[in-house]
Amino acid sequence: MHSVSVKNLTLKFGAAEVLKNLNLDVSEGEFIVLLGPSGCGKSTLLNCLAGLLELSEGQIWIKGKNVTWAEPSERGIGMVFQSYALYPQMTVRGNMSFGLKIAGMAKDEIEKRVQRASEILQIGPLLDRKPGALSGGQRQRVAIGRALVREVDVFLFDEPLSNLDAKLRSELRVELKRLHNRLKNTMIYVTHDQIEALTLADRIAIMRGGIIQQLDEPHTIYNRPTNLFVAGFIGSPAMNFIKGATVNGGKTFQFGDVALDLAGYEGGAILDRSKVILGLRPEHLSIVEQAIPGQSIPAVVEIDEPMGADSLVWLEVEGKQMSVRVPFEHRPQAGAKVHLKVDIAKASLFDETNEQRI
Amino acid sequence: MDRPNPLFRNLWSKIAALPMMLIVLVVFVGGTAWTVLFSFTNIKIVPIFTPREWVNGFIGLANYQRLFNTDRWMNCPGLTHIGRSDWEPTCMGALPNVVTYVILAVVLSMSLGFVLAVLMDQKIRAEGLFRTIYLYPFALSFIVTGHVWAWIMSPEYGLQASVRAMGWTSFDFGWIADRHMVMYAIAVAGIWQGTGLVMALMLAGLRGIDEDIWKAARVDGIPAWRTYLQIVLPMMKPVLVTTFVIVCSGAVRIYDLVVALTDGGPGISSDVPTRYVYTNFSANLGQSLSASTVMLVTMAVLLIPWIRMEFGKKSQG
Repeated sequence: MHSVSVKNLTLKFGAAEVLKNLNLDVSEGEFIVLLGPSGCGKSTLLNCLAGLLELSEGQIWIKGKNVTWAEPSERGIGMVFQSYALYPQMTVRGNMSFGLKIAGMAKDEIEKRVQRASEILQIGPLLDRKPGALSGGQRQRVAIGRALVREVDVFLFDEPLSNLDAKLRSELRVELKRLHNRLKNTMIYVTHDQIEALTLADRIAIMRGGIIQQLDEPHTIYNRPTNLFVAGFIGSPAMNFIKGATVNGGKTFQFGDVALDLAGYEGGAILDRSKVILGLRPEHLSIVEQAIPGQSIPAVVEIDEPMGADSLVWLEVEGKQMSVRVPFEHRPQAGAKVHLKVDIAKASLFDETNEQRI
Repeated sequence: MDRPNPLFRNLWSKIAALPMMLIVLVVFVGGTAWTVLFSFTNIKIVPIFTPREWVNGFIGLANYQRLFNTDRWMNCPGLTHIGRSDWEPTCMGALPNVVTYVILAVVLSMSLGFVLAVLMDQKIRAEGLFRTIYLYPFALSFIVTGHVWAWIMSPEYGLQASVRAMGWTSFDFGWIADRHMVMYAIAVAGIWQGTGLVMALMLAGLRGIDEDIWKAARVDGIPAWRTYLQIVLPMMKPVLVTTFVIVCSGAVRIYDLVVALTDGGPGISSDVPTRYVYTNFSANLGQSLSASTVMLVTMAVLLIPWIRMEFGKKSQG
């Protein structure tokens, strides 16, 4: 039985299809991240799961129950919002207990749940304060606490860390991962931050235009992007793309005067194609002095961007820019003529006409 | 080079603001001070401006004493005749009248305005049209409102006459001819005129509430009415305070509506302080000034705490 199951979900606002015939199965205890650029429909999908938006077509099942038309409070979900959405005139305790009180729960049971949640989130000392007296990080903990006391099966997070500064964001990110390890609930998490997605997710769903482009483990998404969009969206610094063609029965990638041997590429049948894009991540290239026939590309060093441990070196290749990640102490001189060794086993080839991975 | 004198920074803006500042100083502050000062004298006519005449005419609190002994200003047998046979549970006169009116206007137009704003907030069709309809009375002059309601509520040819003509001969709606009910009649007209504005202000306040609060409340299973009352309404405090100040100050100043609707009648049972001040202005200036001062002090006592609460904390950062 799936924890959450989305079946042929379509959502229309007037004539515009915001979500298009979407399917998604989430297993018990899984941490799924919905990732995509703004306007891709990820938050909309989350709102549909929560029951805050009515579907045009399709069904939503949670814990083996069809909840397509159920009220948000009856779905067995808790939700955390980007703006925290705390009730400002109530104390932290009030924020966490108000929903339970309305539901008619016994006082000591409410108190027990609030105590447990505040212990897990370490917000015990804040219970009698109002949200206005809390920092952003504390507010978001309280918001998580409000979802926690509902003791539900599924947690929905709508960009919960986006309003926090960088340091706090990385701290809370780790805490969320700990929380998931401890509670083992199903969590569905919306973000536009790929670091959050890669670090937190069991599986990432990359969305664009109301369609899930790829649903896979972070490692697979990163190394085997299914199409050009996913390849370009995931990874920072971004993947290098080289336009060219495959010749010689799909054994060679040709662009300009450069020919790269494709033996060792992991993918489908390459064949001879006239329009192909080769995708190379900056860390899958290395700088060498001597050309290696069929495995290297001649390049001229332009500038480098030191990034602490590494340095991102920008080079000119056939009139285009490419970036390579090298250890800081190995960065070359500007203007140097070097060669880029390609690790073809980690490269991605895309058909330019349909943008799909070969 | 010397540091430039801060007095001359933005010199032209200061020069441009000067006439307005002078007007405020002379007309507002000066006029108010003159009113308060000469309310302690026995002057009968304007203009008297000199300190010598203030000293010569000084009679202390006599005007105030007389004012509160005047039935037309305040007549509360309930307060002074307790235990006597002519004891009455009601207060009559201009001051109690305006208190009644202010309480009714504030309570009813604010609660009605809020309810209308909530109804308007339900993503209804043609919201713009309804908003215009509700705001329309606010565009009318109080004189027009007063006359229209005078016709509607007139016992001889208004609502009462029409309903009786239809057969309900016992139907009674003679509020403006009844000295105990006339202030309620005035309040009906005033609330009809003012509620639209309250609704517009409250609607703006409702729209300013973060959408996520609503979502969180729905996930928490809180019914919509409780969300409005227990979560959204307390969040609208700044709007509520602003609305309260606007409604309250408008209600205290009520004059033209009373003149057009009842002209203080029947008798003097719907007299209000502004009208009292105006009718005493030529014959009994000292009385008039002391009545104005009473209103000023009342307003100050009512509004200053609110204003300090609202604007005071912002200046602290």
